[in-house]
Amino acid sequence: MSASRTLYDKIVDEHRILSFGDGGGAGERLLLYIDRTVLNEYTSPQAFSGLRDAGRKPWRPEASLGVVDHVNSTNPDREAGKLDDGARRQIEYLSENGRDFGIEIFDLLDPRQGIEHVVMPELGLVLPGMVIAAGDSHSTTYGAFGVVGFGIGTSDIEHLLATQTLIYRRLKTMRITVDGRLAPGVTAKDLIMEVIRRIGADGAGGHALEFAGEAIDALGVEARMTICNMAVECGARVALMAPDDKVVDYIEGCSRAPSADLLARARADWQVLRSDPDARFDKEISLAAGDIPPMVSWGTSPDQSLAITDRVPDPETLPADRRADAVRALTYMGLTPNMALQDIAIDRAFIGSCTNARLSDLRDAASILKGRKVAPGVRAMISPGSSGVRSAAEAEGLDRIFIEAGFEWRRSGCSLCLAMNDDSLAPGERCASSTNRNFEGRQGVGGRTHLMSPAMVAAAAVSGRLADVRALAAAF
Amino acid sequence: MEHFIRLSGRVAAMPAANIDTDVIMPKAYLKGIDRSGLAAGLFHDLRFDESGGARPGFILNRPDMAETRFLLVGPNFGCGSSREHAVWGMLQYGIRGIIGSSFGAIFADNAANNGLLLLSLPPAQLAELAAGLDDGAGHMTVDLEAQRIEVAAYAGSFDIDQALRRTLMLGLDRIGETLTHADRIRSFEQAYLAARPWLMNGRGDERAS
Repeated sequence: MSASRTLYDKIVDEHRILSFGDGGGAGERLLLYIDRTVLNEYTSPQAFSGLRDAGRKPWRPEASLGVVDHVNSTNPDREAGKLDDGARRQIEYLSENGRDFGIEIFDLLDPRQGIEHVVMPELGLVLPGMVIAAGDSHSTTYGAFGVVGFGIGTSDIEHLLATQTLIYRRLKTMRITVDGRLAPGVTAKDLIMEVIRRIGADGAGGHALEFAGEAIDALGVEARMTICNMAVECGARVALMAPDDKVVDYIEGCSRAPSADLLARARADWQVLRSDPDARFDKEISLAAGDIPPMVSWGTSPDQSLAITDRVPDPETLPADRRADAVRALTYMGLTPNMALQDIAIDRAFIGSCTNARLSDLRDAASILKGRKVAPGVRAMISPGSSGVRSAAEAEGLDRIFIEAGFEWRRSGCSLCLAMNDDSLAPGERCASSTNRNFEGRQGVGGRTHLMSPAMVAAAAVSGRLADVRALAAAF
Repeated sequence: MEHFIRLSGRVAAMPAANIDTDVIMPKAYLKGIDRSGLAAGLFHDLRFDESGGARPGFILNRPDMAETRFLLVGPNFGCGSSREHAVWGMLQYGIRGIIGSSFGAIFADNAANNGLLLLSLPPAQLAELAAGLDDGAGHMTVDLEAQRIEVAAYAGSFDIDQALRRTLMLGLDRIGETLTHADRIRSFEQAYLAARPWLMNGRGDERAS
């Protein structure tokens, strides 16, 4: 191994308990120490049952936190929210497992409940240099803190709970350098959607993807989380950004942050958490932030997206190997080639998800909605990323702006991002959505999803159709 | 888990790119606390229409495709959600091997942990296999011991990670194996946490801010 290392390799090296061989480079099999995990009610039950069946206990229960987020209702009246029998049993079983195995659980009525990837950082549980693996693909979110975060399945959750480790294969590395600054009206969401469009839905497959450059440095920590969160949609198993003072300042304000003394020691330790200047990446790409427009998706894969000013593609003009998929996507989406994206009328608007429902996202959307009304015929709802975000938004009056505009001010959960609860699209309904996946049926059987930033969802909601936020934002 | 050594059976081609785990196992089948009942959910919305009738155009619904054991798939198969239900459903339905060019990384790990064979082949070899099928279907043999794959009009060898091959053939107790290193894990953990006391901020009372 060369003396110069990438940030990813440094963190993996720090967590390597033993190597099973294959050298120290990409592909090395090793036993990896995992600092922390977060458990949800729908991917953890069989892992706990596995522990019970084998008579095993969690290795370090205090390194786990359980949160109800995927199946719960977002009804404003928490006690009245609808739950089917399966969801109810999953929620009960999570609490039961917490009790029996000594793991802290935030249940539905806990004021700290929320989407796992919003709750973990806002408590201060995500600290630079950690490895966090969790039973949800969007665990890449933690990369914004200089954390190797990645999603795992239920068998690996069980392995992690029982051993505090995973059998791990070291990834190849890739870096995307984003030069310059984003233009007004363009957000982190647009940046990551452009990256996914450009490199494809498996463009970073098999790689740990580091983001660097002036545009990344200029972003706030929440915006960085949006990018790392959605990096999984271009196949990245891990997303990473070097932690800077903004990250440490963010952690300092969190309720479970380490004490000031410890944080000062940690800050010194974290200085090394950056790729060495001459570190070699297996793949390198750069792009200019200033060229990125507000983006919307038109198809059923996150790489099927375009600038809002563009037109629905004509499959005939696409490369041969992408034509059949595009035809299928357009049929599912009910779209005609060459129609202007801004002519696509919507039925629903949704702001929520672990990608885009933090306080800064809500502020962005509210700035567009202030003094405006949701277009007739559009049902608009917002589900804040956590109960904490919801309270913070209410403290600054954002809820009033949303409600006066005609949005439903819901409780927190994964909600319409994947519609495991009673928030879902009817067949054929079309939704402008701040979420991360436009897969067939994702928001409900036959539902049609257009991904975009929260401000773009707000613009679409008041316009009744996909719209360019730059035309509505007074400041631009 | 069932061991995979050598298996022959029907293969169905599903060449679309980016078939995600939401499509493989829709949300309606994610509400259990055990692994049961997932064969019915596999590709549910592709297999069945809104009223529950079988869609005749979907390959696995064809009369000749009962007992399908292998899928020949497009790039990035199994991308998206981490739900292991997608893999459990495959096995419960009877699918034992999936042959493609690339797979969603979490799906691939889940497959390995459950004994579902995934083969990543070079595009040229994949094209030869596809060309060896008749109307998207055929008879396939995968010999993991000999690392050979065969359809009516094509036979060739394949590469596979040897650790994965061993696991698929022997079906090891992964947690039990890891726990043979328990002393190493414990001593690593003690030294690691002692050097980084800020990592102990886990549970407990919120700090007054």
